[in-house]
Amino acid sequence: MIEIKGLTKRFGKKSVVEDVSVKIKQGTITSFIGPNGAGKSTLLSMVSRLLDADTGEVLLDKNNVKKWKSDEFAKRVSILKQSNYTNVRLTVRELISFGRYPYSRGRLTAEDERLVDQALEYMNLQDIQDQFIDELSGGQRQRAFIAMIIAQDTDYVLLDEPLNNLDMKHSVQIMKILRKLVDDLGKTVVIVLHDINFASVYSDRIVALKDGKLVKDGPTKDIINSESLREIYDMHIPVQVQDGCRICVYFNSHA
Amino acid sequence: MRNNTTKIIFLLVLAIICILFYGFYDIKGGFDYAFPRRMIKIVAMVITGIAISYSTVVFQTITHNRILTPSVMGLDSMYEVVQTLIYFFAGSMSIWVLNQYLNFGAAISAMVIFAIILYRFLFRTNKYPIYLLLLIGMILGTLLGSFVTFLQVLIDPVEYLSLQSQLFASFTNVKAELLYIAAGILLIAFIYGYTIMSKLDVMSLGREHAMNLGINYDRMVMNILILSSVLIATSTALVGPITFLGLIVANLSYQFLVTYKHSMLILGASLISIIALVGGQFLVEHILELRTTLSVIINFVGGIYFIYLLLKESRSA
Repeated sequence: MIEIKGLTKRFGKKSVVEDVSVKIKQGTITSFIGPNGAGKSTLLSMVSRLLDADTGEVLLDKNNVKKWKSDEFAKRVSILKQSNYTNVRLTVRELISFGRYPYSRGRLTAEDERLVDQALEYMNLQDIQDQFIDELSGGQRQRAFIAMIIAQDTDYVLLDEPLNNLDMKHSVQIMKILRKLVDDLGKTVVIVLHDINFASVYSDRIVALKDGKLVKDGPTKDIINSESLREIYDMHIPVQVQDGCRICVYFNSHA
Repeated sequence: MRNNTTKIIFLLVLAIICILFYGFYDIKGGFDYAFPRRMIKIVAMVITGIAISYSTVVFQTITHNRILTPSVMGLDSMYEVVQTLIYFFAGSMSIWVLNQYLNFGAAISAMVIFAIILYRFLFRTNKYPIYLLLLIGMILGTLLGSFVTFLQVLIDPVEYLSLQSQLFASFTNVKAELLYIAAGILLIAFIYGYTIMSKLDVMSLGREHAMNLGINYDRMVMNILILSSVLIATSTALVGPITFLGLIVANLSYQFLVTYKHSMLILGASLISIIALVGGQFLVEHILELRTTLSVIINFVGGIYFIYLLLKESRSA
């Protein structure tokens, strides 16, 4: 289990994340939502050790993440950030093979190759596996990076706005894959989402942040309602039920 | 993969041909006299070529750009600063000059510290555009150069002559006594390099991806900065600064061997620089009959290539 305890991060005098405590339940999709600048990405970066917290701690299996050895941690928790630009000449397959680095240190075994193939298949990238990353469209590149994270085969998968650059079809495809990772393979997914409807339809739990502070933390059904959403976004957001999904219809809303 | 192996073999053959030509061409009469002298130069050129290629490729990996090199950022000017300071304060008869190891150690330490400061302020974040970094590099180079000139004006003229021979090493004037230290350093660098090759490959993906894959990124960057400055210091002490060589060979290697694997890239760049240095020196000695020096040619060609890379980069950005 990942436990976030009293985490605070300041950049200069401004606190970007302030005293946030959250427990990430195993075997769920947890979405971080909130307005721009709420500190969602910063929080995710601290959980994944990319950024050091000023105060507070993050525990993975009751041990502070800072105490974990880098290579052991990389077998348990993976993170994908928003910007995935690279000037390295890599094919899709080579990129995905990097996901096996924590296990194989660059020398792929047959088992590694199998997991790479599996990740290619999961993300439906077999046809373009020999193309170079810098020749792909933004959406294809994004899927290739997600495939690398899948090949890394960690219990916890953290994703920072993975639907950026993706069209509707691929967004749905990726959310379905994440759902499958959780339901079939028992992984735990933590995801920063901007599109609240994807959060509503696909996640089990929602953590809402605003101005660096935690405002809501609970099962999706308790949070996707007009009152809670007003607290988070300061606007009126009607919620309608369509085919059993709660859809937020905010496009024409009056503040 | 097989394709790249062929390319490496091609470069290797070319490098050997250059070495044979340089070693045996027109060696009439005093074979016993000329051959050992040529061998020393060849060894010096091979060591320099490998050191510069190795340090440039790894430096460009950790700074995530393919235009700036340790030399362009003024790292080898630091060598001149240290030597001048030693002559200025301690004098040519001091232990700091007479003991080659001590002298070498002082130069290396200063360059490592300079490299770390440079990295801390300039490359840690991605916020500076490449042109600003380049300008800062040029200005740093000029600043250090002017500082050196200023001190040299104040130095006793006799001391200055001795300092000059320390600073203007070249392939026609190799410091043979440093060859052993240089070869030793290169060997250590290779043993260390062997353990980090695959880490370098991962680091070229960027800080966040590398950390995600279990690389202790910030510590690796420090290690590599030290490695890179030690190698540049080695080659500068041996034959003096050759500003643009690293830039040319690293970029030719990226272009020629389309791969992310550092073992290949470094090998390719090293072979290309051996070809450039030994082949170039052959041209200088036998075709141009010593009317110019190799570093002039390399900096001329390198400068043009540098402008080409800058223009290409600005178009793609």
